[in-house]
Amino acid sequence: MSKQEYNGSELVVKSLKELKVKYIFGYPGGSVLDLYDALFQQDDIEHILVRHEQAATHMADGYARATGEVGVVLATSGPGATNCVTGIATAYMDSIPMVVLSGQVPTSLIGDDAFQETDIVGCSRPIVKHSFNCRSASEIPNILAKAFYIASTGRPGPVVVELPKDMLNPELTFAYNFPAATELRTYNPNTKGHSKQIRKAVTAILEAKKLVIYSGGGIVLSNTSEQLTHLVESLNAPITNTLMGLGGISGVHPNFIGMLGMHGTLEANKAMANADVILALGARFDDRVTNNVQKFCPNATIVHVDVDPTSISKTIKSHIPVVGCLATVLEQLQTAIDNSPIKIDRSAQEDWWRQVISWREQKCLSYNSDGDKIKPQAVIEAIYEATNGDAYVSSDVGQHQMFAAQYYPFKHPRQWINSGGLGTMGFGLPAAMGVKLAFPDKESLCVTGDGSIQMNIQELSTCLQYNLAVKVISLNNRSLGMVRQWQDMIYGGRHSSSYMESLPDFVKLVESYGHVGIRVNTLDELQPAIDKAMSITDRLVFLDILVDEKEHVYPMQIKHGGIDEMWLRKGVKA
Amino acid sequence: MRRILSILLENEPGALSRIVGLFSQRAYNIDSLTVGTTDDESLSRITVTTKGDDRIVEQITKQVNKLVDVLKVIDLTDMSHIERELLLVKVFAKDEATRAAVTRVVDVFQGAILDMGRQSYSLQLVSSTDKIESFLDTLRHETDIIEVVRSGAVGIGRGDKALKAK
Repeated sequence: MSKQEYNGSELVVKSLKELKVKYIFGYPGGSVLDLYDALFQQDDIEHILVRHEQAATHMADGYARATGEVGVVLATSGPGATNCVTGIATAYMDSIPMVVLSGQVPTSLIGDDAFQETDIVGCSRPIVKHSFNCRSASEIPNILAKAFYIASTGRPGPVVVELPKDMLNPELTFAYNFPAATELRTYNPNTKGHSKQIRKAVTAILEAKKLVIYSGGGIVLSNTSEQLTHLVESLNAPITNTLMGLGGISGVHPNFIGMLGMHGTLEANKAMANADVILALGARFDDRVTNNVQKFCPNATIVHVDVDPTSISKTIKSHIPVVGCLATVLEQLQTAIDNSPIKIDRSAQEDWWRQVISWREQKCLSYNSDGDKIKPQAVIEAIYEATNGDAYVSSDVGQHQMFAAQYYPFKHPRQWINSGGLGTMGFGLPAAMGVKLAFPDKESLCVTGDGSIQMNIQELSTCLQYNLAVKVISLNNRSLGMVRQWQDMIYGGRHSSSYMESLPDFVKLVESYGHVGIRVNTLDELQPAIDKAMSITDRLVFLDILVDEKEHVYPMQIKHGGIDEMWLRKGVKA
Repeated sequence: MRRILSILLENEPGALSRIVGLFSQRAYNIDSLTVGTTDDESLSRITVTTKGDDRIVEQITKQVNKLVDVLKVIDLTDMSHIERELLLVKVFAKDEATRAAVTRVVDVFQGAILDMGRQSYSLQLVSSTDKIESFLDTLRHETDIIEVVRSGAVGIGRGDKALKAK
């Protein structure tokens, strides 16, 4: 008896099952109908039909961030594929494992400007970790195995696989050969830190008098939160997180001194500026952290650990670079520290902590809560209380994102889900949906604003179809808050296109999609509304909270200044 | 300063465009780029000449290395190496005096005259990029240049060391 054969579409589905895929986020169209037909005829993989392909990518992304698994997207050729571009770029900037399966016109028509033809591999080239053009259906299992391997290892990232329609043809069948192991001679992601560099790093760390640990998204991605916490405790060092790294160590850990950077805490930025040694772990000295690179932490010896060599010395020269996987390097560092004859200068460390605490005591996150208006910060604090700080929080982009990062201390990695690198408005709702799908019994919040929510609001329809009981916390300030804040601070208060005229009635809109909408107009309505929202667990609840439209995000770094040159509040410099 | 990089990569569709795309996307400069297959048909070799300070060149090398298709990258600049570029140039050579002058220049530079038109010569020179520049300068003193085609530099390390898959 000959071995059973499968057509290209079946090969895709079989391979995805082999790769333990549970969900595909997508939208059908001409070039992928054969694949949709194959999906229809099985029950192991559920396809989630979105209302716009961009949302499919963000949903897959949110799912991937919350679970650590690869998010899978399926789109048709042409507009389906190009609609994915923003979501691919979002995943690329934040190093999220994602595989995007894109349809394509049949190979015989490629290059002819055929109906719904776009060179998606070309379009996405600068924003993918890698991509594949499938030109032989029998290669599908092999290509998908490679795509998942590349997407999920090393520094993770999105991979695009282009599948021309004839590759999915139900008439042509092939043997199914899924590779037992995937290896690429040009790609070796599992690297160990160089032992000489580890020794140098440990000497610098243990001899430091003013050590700061600065950790980023790499800790979250590499699941090394426990190792990091152990390191922090064994050194008793202050630790700051980047926006992407929040939750890498618990936000309520005594050594945690808050987020750093543009809207970071005073104590975090001061500690960085005054440190003699900075241990950077899975962070990339982004411009939203460093402020003016010429003035960046002039007295610090920088030890930089990253799996991606291009992140090292890209913007800030590293004195002791260590290239390697964080899990391995943290283990190497810990062993070397535990066995080192060098003793930490505890009295210098006490002085350092006294200084850090004096900055912390300035309480840079305090805000003026006088008046009747609802302060956005107070909303975040209230939802933190209402969820015991245990909810998954996805955010959109703008002021609300910063307020969430500042006022919701994340206890666990993967709890905070935001588009930090690309800054994609419209990310929050679909991301929160992906999280809810992964963890239906957990609270999945989307903190958003009246601007961002409208960038993917059509997904309320998807939420109804799959009963995704996300809670949308919309800090409605009737304007594009972050844009307006910059216009207030830098552009003489000229609000060029930053206010939202003709806002919809969000409550009615949400109700028309079949969900629960609650408007909160006044401060005394806030807590009852949050309580009511929390009591509803089987339906999507949308809180439309009218917050103080004049509120700015503070602290804020002063443009072109050093990392610790900040506005603490209006007109008050640190 | 000028750098010459050798890149060994998978001989696959799209691999070249990833390299070219990387340079433009990150605003790195390409002065010349050549590509061809190697003795191992599954691999291509690219030679790129670029400009930048040490920090930029370090980034370029690392970014190129990071591409999944790329097997190895070396910076030939600081190694002992051989560099060659092919130049084809068409010059006006209407009268006897000009023809004699051009022929003399070609002899001195050890080039070749490949073709003669009614009023032009087509010349070839295989040499270092430097020497090609000076050949063109010298020709300009003798006559007008009609057309220039350059292959861009290719390079190889001296001695027994080689850039190979294994």
